[in-house]
Amino acid sequence: MKLVVLLKRLPDLVEDLEVDDSGKALDTEFLKFTLNEFDDYALEEALLLKEATDGELTVIALDGEDVDKMLYTALAKGADKALKIENAGEASGNRGLAGIFAKVVSSLPHDLVLTGVQSAEDIDGQLAPMVAAILDEPCVEVVTQVATADGGVSIHKEYSGGVVAEFEIDTPAVVGIQASRQAPRYAPVSKVRQIQESTTLETVAGSAADTSVFTVVQMTPPETGGGAQMLGNIGELIKVLESKGVI
Amino acid sequence: MADGILVVAEHLGGKLSDITFEMLGKAKALSGAGGDVTVLLIAGDASMAAELGAADTVAIVEGDGLADFNPESYGAALGAAVEAKSPRLVMVGYTAMGMDLASTLAVKRNLPHATFCLDVAIGDSITATSQCYGGKINVTTDLGAGPCVVSMLAGAAPADAGRAEGTPSTESLPAPASAGKIRFKRLIEPEAGDVDITAQEILVAVGRGIGSKDDIEVAEDLAEELDAAVAGSRPLIDAGWLPKTRQVGKSGLKVAPKLYLALGISGAPEHIEGMKSSATIVAVNSDKQAPIFNFAHYGMVADLFDVCEELTEALQERKG
Amino acid sequence: MTETKSSFAPLTAYSPRKKAQSFVQKDSVVIEGVDISGQWNKMFDAREITSYDLTHMDKLTAIPGAESMGWCYQCAQCIPACPVDNAGGDYGPRKIFRRLQTGVDIFNHSDMWLCTSCQNCVRVCPKEVDMVQIMPAARAAAVLEGNVPDELVEMFQNVSEYGNPMGQSARKRVKWTRGAGVDIRILPKDAQPVDVLWFVGDYYAYHDRGNDAAQAMARVFSRLEIDFGILGADERCDGDSQRIAGEPGLFEELARHNIEQFEKYEFAKIVASGPHAYNAIKNEYPKFNGGSGFPIEHYTQFLSQHLDRLTPLLTRPFAKKVTFHDPCYLGRHNGEYDAPRKLLQAVPGIEFGEMFRCKQQGYCCGGGGGGMWLDGFAAEHQTERLSENRVKEAIQVGAEVLAVCCPYEVSRFEDAVKSTDNDGKLEVLDIIEILDQCME
Repeated sequence: MKLVVLLKRLPDLVEDLEVDDSGKALDTEFLKFTLNEFDDYALEEALLLKEATDGELTVIALDGEDVDKMLYTALAKGADKALKIENAGEASGNRGLAGIFAKVVSSLPHDLVLTGVQSAEDIDGQLAPMVAAILDEPCVEVVTQVATADGGVSIHKEYSGGVVAEFEIDTPAVVGIQASRQAPRYAPVSKVRQIQESTTLETVAGSAADTSVFTVVQMTPPETGGGAQMLGNIGELIKVLESKGVI
Repeated sequence: MADGILVVAEHLGGKLSDITFEMLGKAKALSGAGGDVTVLLIAGDASMAAELGAADTVAIVEGDGLADFNPESYGAALGAAVEAKSPRLVMVGYTAMGMDLASTLAVKRNLPHATFCLDVAIGDSITATSQCYGGKINVTTDLGAGPCVVSMLAGAAPADAGRAEGTPSTESLPAPASAGKIRFKRLIEPEAGDVDITAQEILVAVGRGIGSKDDIEVAEDLAEELDAAVAGSRPLIDAGWLPKTRQVGKSGLKVAPKLYLALGISGAPEHIEGMKSSATIVAVNSDKQAPIFNFAHYGMVADLFDVCEELTEALQERKG
Repeated sequence: MTETKSSFAPLTAYSPRKKAQSFVQKDSVVIEGVDISGQWNKMFDAREITSYDLTHMDKLTAIPGAESMGWCYQCAQCIPACPVDNAGGDYGPRKIFRRLQTGVDIFNHSDMWLCTSCQNCVRVCPKEVDMVQIMPAARAAAVLEGNVPDELVEMFQNVSEYGNPMGQSARKRVKWTRGAGVDIRILPKDAQPVDVLWFVGDYYAYHDRGNDAAQAMARVFSRLEIDFGILGADERCDGDSQRIAGEPGLFEELARHNIEQFEKYEFAKIVASGPHAYNAIKNEYPKFNGGSGFPIEHYTQFLSQHLDRLTPLLTRPFAKKVTFHDPCYLGRHNGEYDAPRKLLQAVPGIEFGEMFRCKQQGYCCGGGGGGMWLDGFAAEHQTERLSENRVKEAIQVGAEVLAVCCPYEVSRFEDAVKSTDNDGKLEVLDIIEILDQCME
């Protein structure tokens, strides 16, 4: 089975995010970027599939700071090939990124494309269904398990409350991974370094289309004071639970 | 000219989901500026349509392969409905099902789309407020004059406003052909074994403050009313009062439910590590200095037993 | 001298792996001038009672560093010395060796992860089976194979990504300084030559209770008018516990990073809050900077040299019964038993008493060698935590305060006081907190 995993980096939420002076973008001065955690699950699920089917796994990412290390780590975990998309220009949001990814994926023989179900900055839509729509391939989001089946794959999609729907999908197809069957494996630093010394990353030229779908009016941190807002009685507690849509 | 709001209803097991009413209520509030509200009910029956009294129109799609949710056939039905109705605004839930529909629709029809929406407003142009970066930043976007798509977060609007009585007109929309590349096989109910606390939307978490094993019942009663599961901090698991599968924290499981109700948990860093990503954290502790209050969104200095009992009773009363 | 085969049937039934054994009868045998030729001189080949699969034993002892595992001759001196066995862990080098001998695959067994590298067994082992060498080497091989408990994986990932096991932002490493009440020079922002480069460490910098000790340290340094600076956000985990837990590559990366920071500034010596950082900088970092290393002291060593100035500042009495827990990496690993005791003895009003297991025979808190991040794993394989075992001892000797000087220990022991239902009976304090409390 020929597998492709799309990896995306986004601002690390471990840092306090701040809005810049324009009020419309994040202040990048102290931003640290990290792999989207759901993409890490997508990679793990793909590695399990690769092992089960004696398949071939390619990971793709857009060039950027620390992307090399991320790709070498994926290789150390067992990916066969890492592709770095260069000179794609500024991808505008996920819609733009989906276009860039779709173009590269369309040139690769593939059965299944896996990526994270969402990321914390998916303000203009999720990558998996957008890439699938551009490629005109079937797509299922919120996938927790993938197995091979006749003519395609069998997947589990998770609804709320732990209910799971099973689907069969013809390949080629795209899935957005919510969780992998096992925790993402660890790539020891020495192994990553060894790969780094013995492997060269392949690069491919990207092209971005103008896909701006909206304009950002403003970015603001939500209003929260330090610490908890104290409640005086059960009535107030019930109001909070109501406002959060949990009762 | 695009006009009106199309709300995509969501249902599972013959029951409309809350998100449908939340969106319908919101759409109703916007209808002055936004025009008529149509609910798109794919494969819904008459009893579901009857619940959608707040809508102006219920558009029903029926056909082969629509009995169960299917990203492909439902996506095709939504695409055809948008084509037929050309609404100014399409509202889809940011849910497991909605995630299969909204982005696809937006790309295929080249529509502006905002997800993680807490709020949406209609003026000359449509603006949406999205909760991004794990709740750390709210982003307001201008989606143009329409048509456009918004994916609404669950709980962003009250469901009650969408449950109004009424007699909407109904219309039937044709079911378009689907390529059949995705085939629904079956629904799998969660196993009767122990609860997976990482998959729960609400957790009632108990800590050392609970005192004894028998007292866990009080938390279980509350959890039942909230449709939640009981989780615990390490000392309770150590003591054998709860199984290891219920342990939240550094040496247990990491959870991120919609609501984490922390009862009698002091908030050691090892525990915080396991639950800090929860959307809403409510802490109840008798010690007003408990560090949990630094991490919770809401806090209450009270005896956890009192809170459990009073809250359980209040919830029972609400249900009638 | 010729040999003929005996007419007896060969004894082969015991061993599927060895060639058939046989009695050997020699035609003519003369030993020390006495002819013992004859039918009765039959000899046996080495006889196997039983046979096991030694693949895993061979695999382990072939790893450079882990050879000494094969030297064990089952004397069992190590078992009473092993704190894990003592806490119901059915553990210790002798038992590990025996299980290896019976074919157990240690690479897929809890035996690989329970050792805290406390070194107490090495002290008593007549065969020099050295767990402190064996474990890091064996675990590194296990990590490469992907056989690692999830708890450790998460810690490795955090340290690799953020430079600390908590997975916290590097920028927040200096957050504690705001509550210290004294000025603290952060060298990357204010690169003055200093006497002391204080290596604060992860737990002092990020853990709530560690913050208390870090703030106390800053105040004590300040009262002593010590010219000190810290690396701030540029400091990273010392890496020693990661090395012993099986990630030598990560350790090297961290060591090289910290060395690079040290080399940017002028200072007379490094003072480490923690014994693990002290051990790493003293004994391991020199491998990465041409062997020269850096002058390094643990904070108790540093302060105990300043008792002449420190003692007069300790004016407020601390009239409590105090006992002291020797950190394995200060005591057994580096031979320092006196410095912390000197500091405690300088505390006015203190009533100091030792626990039964102290100094060279000190018990382990369970946090070393990766144990700090294997709490859930260890709980599955032991009847109690090592920290619980230790806290009970402290209470047994009548202590009101358990004094420590390793940043891992305050949270471990405080937790153990609660989990053993001894809330309110024993206070756990870093020595630096006690000193700080005694200063007006």
